[in-house]
Amino acid sequence: MNSDQDGVNCKLFQKNNTQFMATYNLKINGQRKEVDADGDTPLLWVLREHLNLVGTKFGCGIAQCGACTVQVDGEAVRSCSLPISSIEDKSVVTIEGLSENGDHPVQKAWIEHDVPQCGYCQAGQIMNAAALLDQNPNPSDQEIDSAMNGNICRCGTYVRIKAAIKTAAAYQE
Amino acid sequence: MTLIKTTYDRRSFIKVSSLSTGGMLLGFSWMASCKPDQVASMPKEWFDINGFLKIADNGLVTIMSPNPEIGQNVKTSMPMIIAEELDVSWDQVVVEQAGLDLKNYTRQKAGGSQSIRQGWESLRMAGATARRMLMEAAAKQWNVPLAELTTEEGVIKHGDKTIGYGEIAAAAATVTVPEEVELKDPKDFKIIGTPRKNVDGSKIVSGKPLFGLDTQREGMLIAMIEHPPAFGMTLKSLDDSKAKAMPGITDVFSFTTVPEGTDMQRYDTNNAFNDLVAIVGNTTWQVMKAKKALKLSWERVTPLESTSDHIKGMYDLLGEKQKDPARKDGDTKKVFKNAAKVVERIYSAPFLAHNTLEPMNFFADVKEDQAELAGPIQTPESLSKTVSAVLGLPEEKISIMMTRMGGGFGRRLYGHFGIEAAVISKKINAPVKLVYSREDDMTQGTYRPTYKVTYRAALDKNNNLVGFQVRGAGVHGSPVFANRFPAGAVDNYLAENHTLESNISTGAWRAPRSNFIAGAEQAFLDEVAEAAGKDPIEFRLELFERAINDPVGEDNDYDAKRYAGVLKLVRDKSDWGKETPGVYRGVSAYFCHNSYVAQVVDVVIKNNQPKVQKIWCAVDCGILVNPEGARNQVEGGMVDGIGHAMYSAMTFKNGRPEQNNFDSYRLIRHREAPAEIETYFVDNGIDPTGLGEPSLPPIIGALANALAKATGERLYEQPFVGQKIDLG
Repeated sequence: MNSDQDGVNCKLFQKNNTQFMATYNLKINGQRKEVDADGDTPLLWVLREHLNLVGTKFGCGIAQCGACTVQVDGEAVRSCSLPISSIEDKSVVTIEGLSENGDHPVQKAWIEHDVPQCGYCQAGQIMNAAALLDQNPNPSDQEIDSAMNGNICRCGTYVRIKAAIKTAAAYQE
Repeated sequence: MTLIKTTYDRRSFIKVSSLSTGGMLLGFSWMASCKPDQVASMPKEWFDINGFLKIADNGLVTIMSPNPEIGQNVKTSMPMIIAEELDVSWDQVVVEQAGLDLKNYTRQKAGGSQSIRQGWESLRMAGATARRMLMEAAAKQWNVPLAELTTEEGVIKHGDKTIGYGEIAAAAATVTVPEEVELKDPKDFKIIGTPRKNVDGSKIVSGKPLFGLDTQREGMLIAMIEHPPAFGMTLKSLDDSKAKAMPGITDVFSFTTVPEGTDMQRYDTNNAFNDLVAIVGNTTWQVMKAKKALKLSWERVTPLESTSDHIKGMYDLLGEKQKDPARKDGDTKKVFKNAAKVVERIYSAPFLAHNTLEPMNFFADVKEDQAELAGPIQTPESLSKTVSAVLGLPEEKISIMMTRMGGGFGRRLYGHFGIEAAVISKKINAPVKLVYSREDDMTQGTYRPTYKVTYRAALDKNNNLVGFQVRGAGVHGSPVFANRFPAGAVDNYLAENHTLESNISTGAWRAPRSNFIAGAEQAFLDEVAEAAGKDPIEFRLELFERAINDPVGEDNDYDAKRYAGVLKLVRDKSDWGKETPGVYRGVSAYFCHNSYVAQVVDVVIKNNQPKVQKIWCAVDCGILVNPEGARNQVEGGMVDGIGHAMYSAMTFKNGRPEQNNFDSYRLIRHREAPAEIETYFVDNGIDPTGLGEPSLPPIIGALANALAKATGERLYEQPFVGQKIDLG
């Protein structure tokens, strides 16, 4: 079976997390946020339901589809499987915080290539692509495939996504 | 220039009124103009479309898009058609999603790749009618003949005089709706045929709330459901003591979605699990945890089926003749007996889940005297009727807002999750968002049925195809379209259908039936061409020539010239016949959903594994409305087809689905996607047809044919990965 772990620091559940409500101090999109939640609550649901940042999507809940991808300390991670207790003191960036006006090179390239169809997976694709370009400003086709392999697009926009990543790389030069 | 009846006189097709802010509001029912024979071949409810056009006093044109957007991009392409005939600049147009509005729209549904085809004439008429009324108002104001006026980008001109649409819109609202209007000559199109980007693109890439799952309301609770773990089972007992005591949980109860005897709509009748358990709480995570703490026991009510039962059941059916064949031309029995060569092959495919990336969900706020619903639904009117019957509320007390859908593929034609949300909200007397987990979604049913088909071909001593037989079997229906190609191109032809009953619920899945039969048929024809010693494209073209010059029978539901046209186009563009070392080619052509598609797939071997290097695709969908969106649909359909044929399957053991998430149900990923796609469109000026589905079915045949060349192995059973083949 296909693994989606390539190039992504994907942290799965830690069993020793506290199950009980606590207050967590988070840094989300450059802002300090205080959240009362059970320690095992995945970052995904904290973003969506505690902080009303719904751009990060729920797709599978087991780090297999990538719809929930956000950046934690610059790395693309699956927020559906990342307990809130594990990310205190780390910097989280979501699709809402990638740029102020939706004009990050990757977002611009996505518009340029008219990538989205239904659009549901695209926030995750974009967050992963942005992290990839931060680490590798000029990725090859194989490097794009490898880094992006954990992000499913059910509409099949993969060819456009790859083209958009290359355009974004050119924008960043 | 074409004159077109607005049908204003007969059916009040167009209604006009003033905007309170001083503009013009034009309401129109797009479907009223469709001739019955245009719609006979598809379910009627799929293409009842209508809309509203508002012209504000500042000239801004708002086009209400009444039909749900599932990623097929009609929210962009349909308003383009109105804007063209209205003669405004695309920058002046704002597109808004309308909610369900039974007073102002006749019907609001989406599906079947029919929106553009069915809306074409009416959308143009709507734009042209508004333009004409604006011009009449200006002619009156200036006291000049209407015929002397021209328009350009939202401005009416007469000599040196000009007036913007917005300035004259209020006066235009009082003009009598004309009974006849002129349409543009397609050669004068400025918007249609030009690439326009998705109107929601910037919202999507910046993560704005658009989807059903993004719905948030004051005081809203979260609900999830638990359905039986197997088809054929129902709830026996529920112990919720532990779950109820968990933090944030407000309610746990079992419920019946649609009570027995309720008047049900067509789309609500195929849901396998009507009796469910609801878990309600403050946050999704709390509800997910409580769901796992439920102690449930189930009992068997109907036989528990396994995949092996379905395989055997269909295999047995394929051994039986159909009493009254779906189609019979000539004498196949005789011609097969006397054939020089006979080719016989069996193809099969499993059940498939839709797996829209946004799982099923719906918001409902049910009060004593009214209900508000919102969520991803392709059939809001059907949902409204059933919710009305279930809640005992009149339909005018129920509002439904359609959100952008995180994928449809047919899944959201079936709105049981909307009914469930309403029933839960009524029970708990609070606004609630029902959320399916991926596991709930994948194991619920509404699958693409499993299919099996036998093909037989008879060749005479000159290697002419003289006999053709197809016998199909499938759960809840056969995949065979009796009157499609090669019917009409072979003198002796027999098509037979068999149905296997099952308690596993199925439904429409992107390009229903075609999504299997096209791949089987096109792989089979490849083998027949090989047996005949002919080039696969030349072999097909010979058959099309026959269907063009001397068709067999009268019910052939394809245009052989257009069919041959796409095949010739892809042959020329791909430079078919040129041998490139290390490149293995497969070809395919298919007609469905009123459009023609032909494809050539190039496979190479990389690291001992086949890789789809390039796809060449030729499409005849008539006039191309939005080339950008059209290419995207065609590309996506092909990737979707390759992915499901290669990797995906739902299998069952004693009624239990054996896959429930993307770790066990494989979907195509970046690495397996084609490296390059080139798409060409036939330019023939014919009225446009749809593109949401047609590129998917044939690609499975083209892929199988290319892989057969690359590996020496023919592929008969989907998913192909089961035959030890993968893409990389």
